[in-house]
Amino acid sequence: MTAPNTLAGPSGSKESLLTILLTFLKVGAFTFGGGYAILPVIRQEVVINRRWVAEDAFADILIITQGMPGQLALNSAIQIGVRLRGTIGGLVAALGVTAPSVIILLIIAAWLYPLYRDNQYVHAVFYGLRPAVVALIAAAAFNLGKDILHGTRGIILCAVLLITAIISQVHPILVLVAGGVAGLLVCKRECH
Amino acid sequence: MIQVILSLYWSFFKVGLFTIGGGYAMIPLMEAEVIDTHGWLSAAEFLDIIAVAEMTPGPVSINAATFIGYRMAGVAGSLITTLGVITPSLVLLLLLSKILFTLIQKPEAESFLNGLRSALVALILLAAYSLGQAAIVDIPTIAIFVLLLAASLIKQISPLYYIAIGAILGLIFFPY
Repeated sequence: MTAPNTLAGPSGSKESLLTILLTFLKVGAFTFGGGYAILPVIRQEVVINRRWVAEDAFADILIITQGMPGQLALNSAIQIGVRLRGTIGGLVAALGVTAPSVIILLIIAAWLYPLYRDNQYVHAVFYGLRPAVVALIAAAAFNLGKDILHGTRGIILCAVLLITAIISQVHPILVLVAGGVAGLLVCKRECH
Repeated sequence: MIQVILSLYWSFFKVGLFTIGGGYAMIPLMEAEVIDTHGWLSAAEFLDIIAVAEMTPGPVSINAATFIGYRMAGVAGSLITTLGVITPSLVLLLLLSKILFTLIQKPEAESFLNGLRSALVALILLAAYSLGQAAIVDIPTIAIFVLLLAASLIKQISPLYYIAIGAILGLIFFPY
């Protein structure tokens, strides 16, 4: 891992906070479809266009991004900001990637939504969008399952947790923690 | 008002802290907080907001947090929910990124995350089932669901296609 303060700019000079802000504003404002769609765009910007981080350093960033809590785009933006300009760089990158969401969604929630909430065509659109979103969520579960549930133990663990969650109705946080602890106990050698 | 702001912050903080691996990992958590625990939204409203969050640029859970925060407590609410959902990332990455990097590469972390991801598959499946009851209500909605799920199992496509197809079929088949 390269040290977090490594300056990887082509000239070795410090990147301005404004450049960091504008780069991540662009990522936040023009990338649709959430985390896995945003990561390739961030890579294009910071590895290829701006050469802020090298390919292997970006791979390190992704390891942390995917293993820790939080949104993928946000986690990678903060780490890149920190590498360029320390804590303030991380904050500016976070602001950049978040601000477009807040502004756009505020416009929709405060202005467009009240205006069109009672329109029957809007009702019709959402009538079709709801099952589409449920299909997206179900597909996410199946695709994640296909990627990670290879060993028998993983599948059994998933089934046991599913049944436990249905019967006990506990908060999902408890199910996640139970899964993690079970993973520590049974997945030492082979789970996936 | 202060009470609502504080519980919004705390709820979305929890969502941010336990969304591991990004993407749809946040759905079961947000559903539990927003629908089951606090009753802030119905399942149908929640799905509508996720659909809007998918259609708009930026991270889906930040979009959803902003919309839900606004619905509950205006502009202040939207800023508080967004702040709540990003606080765990900020704290962990600004203060602990070196420790995290060492920690995440230990074999125990790998085992823990593998178990956690198994739990995640179960939770997302369960969320699809419970939200589905508010969405899949008649023959056209069953058809939309089955069509899109089947398509996605054959080939992974961008969420935007789901949104476009869902919207068009909704316009055609809605019982006006």
